[in-house]
Amino acid sequence: MTLDVRLRHAFAGFTLDIAFAAPAGVTALFGRSGSGKTTVINAVAGLLRPDAGRIASDGHVLFDSAGGIDVAVHRRRLGYVFQDARLFPHLTVRQNLLYGRWFAPRGPGETLERVLDLLGIEPLLARRPGALSGGERSRVAIGRALLSNPAMLLMDEPMAALDEARKAEILPYLERLRDETRVPVLFVSHALAEVARLATTLVVLEGGRVLRAGPAQDILSDPAAVPALGIREAGSVLAARLARHEADGLSRLETPAGPLWLPRVAADPGAMLRVRIAAQDVMLALTRPEGISALNILPATVTAVRLGEGPGAVVQLRAGTELLLARVTRRSAEAMGLAAGRPVFAVIKSVAVAQSDIGGSG
Amino acid sequence: MTDWLTPEEWRAVALSLRVSFWATLISLPAGIAVAYVLARYRFRGHQLLNGLVHLPLILPPVVTGYLLLLTFGRKGAVGAFLDQTFGLVFAFRWTGAALAAAVMAFPLMVRAIRMAIEAVDPRLEAAAGTLGASRPWVFVTVTLPLILPGIIAGAILAFAKAMGEFGATITFVANIPGQTQTLPSAIYAYLQVPGGDAAAFRLVLVAIAIAMLALLLSEWVGRSVARRIAGA
Repeated sequence: MTLDVRLRHAFAGFTLDIAFAAPAGVTALFGRSGSGKTTVINAVAGLLRPDAGRIASDGHVLFDSAGGIDVAVHRRRLGYVFQDARLFPHLTVRQNLLYGRWFAPRGPGETLERVLDLLGIEPLLARRPGALSGGERSRVAIGRALLSNPAMLLMDEPMAALDEARKAEILPYLERLRDETRVPVLFVSHALAEVARLATTLVVLEGGRVLRAGPAQDILSDPAAVPALGIREAGSVLAARLARHEADGLSRLETPAGPLWLPRVAADPGAMLRVRIAAQDVMLALTRPEGISALNILPATVTAVRLGEGPGAVVQLRAGTELLLARVTRRSAEAMGLAAGRPVFAVIKSVAVAQSDIGGSG
Repeated sequence: MTDWLTPEEWRAVALSLRVSFWATLISLPAGIAVAYVLARYRFRGHQLLNGLVHLPLILPPVVTGYLLLLTFGRKGAVGAFLDQTFGLVFAFRWTGAALAAAVMAFPLMVRAIRMAIEAVDPRLEAAAGTLGASRPWVFVTVTLPLILPGIIAGAILAFAKAMGEFGATITFVANIPGQTQTLPSAIYAYLQVPGGDAAAFRLVLVAIAIAMLALLLSEWVGRSVARRIAGA
């Protein structure tokens, strides 16, 4: 399953001109507001007709301005989860969930039982959307899109309308969705933490252009992509396995970069996790630090250094098989002689890694 | 009950109810279609269609009645055609009274339904489209249920207007007792003869009762439907 998108569309004072491919898995369209993310997803859904371009899903052409093809919205079979849920107010949750069933072609797809279980919405079935909380609404909207047996799921900031607590409630469901269903997902987000937890492929948009596109892990650990992602947000993602919970409230995680101790992680031992380490939470040392409060000291080798415009620098490190990013000052980078090939120690404070930076991984 | 009104008065009441019922029922699909087109599409002639629909509201009813007579009368272009093809005659029949009532009530019906359609969030209809529903299905499964209170309000408004229609009706189909003499025509006729005041007054009471009933019914239906849709 691959979605190929190439499109051009002019608005007043803004031109969108992008091309990217979304392979199986979760593809995130990342960018600030006004970068054209929602336009792209609306064009894929068929809710907006671009001036020119071609959109094809697995070779099945949905739109082609040159060939005069523009498949109607209802024939595209792309489940769309809107930012504002858009549940039908006159139908119950059950009727909302089954709405797409009337029109979906028969065939293998998600069953109501599985979707109820996946999203934890069984207790809501008899209610009407007016009586649901924001998080419940989002989950029902996701379920409704899944049950229309879509070839692909489109999500436009499904969590933007939610507060942090509700986001934390939804994210695990989206991770299960990624890991337990085979429906590919194209999702729009301006929150890098969300992207880091969910995306397997990342497309970075800026001012209507594709800045970077590729495997999420590669882009997230690429110092050159840092300005586009936002220096405060930048950080790499480590694959980890939860080894055990320890008596003092810490959890030990095994990563290809070495062991990590983090404040108790809400998962069972053996669980596979994705841990986002923000670049600004990584400190570098030339010798193994002694007498330091930080618990996590990983031996690493500098692979790249990118000096910024200002006083900052971003250093890419290889620790084991994983790539890490560290944000340091130019002054330190020069004083320490940081350059590709230099062995260093990466120091990560345990408490710097927030619970929201740790997600499940299938 | 039947003793309370004379057979002639009773016939006028029954005829008015029949005329209004059919006028409302027959014009409802057209009213919904026109309201939908006016609410959701912008096209050349939008203003013209809007003006045509509202014309009976502004024109003197006598003028509307006369235009109906010219068009749908036995010798009128449309009237002659319908007579020869379907044997459908409007002139001086109760069907003509229903036609006049429908035309006069149409603007009110369209207004109410159009307002309901404009209140429906088009994003809900777009969402239904992404779930696989074609345009007609979106209309039946999303738009129609959401505008139901507006349709009911429009229908009851149209019914009440049809019950009271006088000018266009008397011009188009005259005032023939038992055939085209509706409630308002009967009241008018009784007021023209000496000693008809009592009969006219009885019919006035009936008219007030029917109007109140329609009003209460529309309030009640509208509220219960709205409650069901808002769903809490």
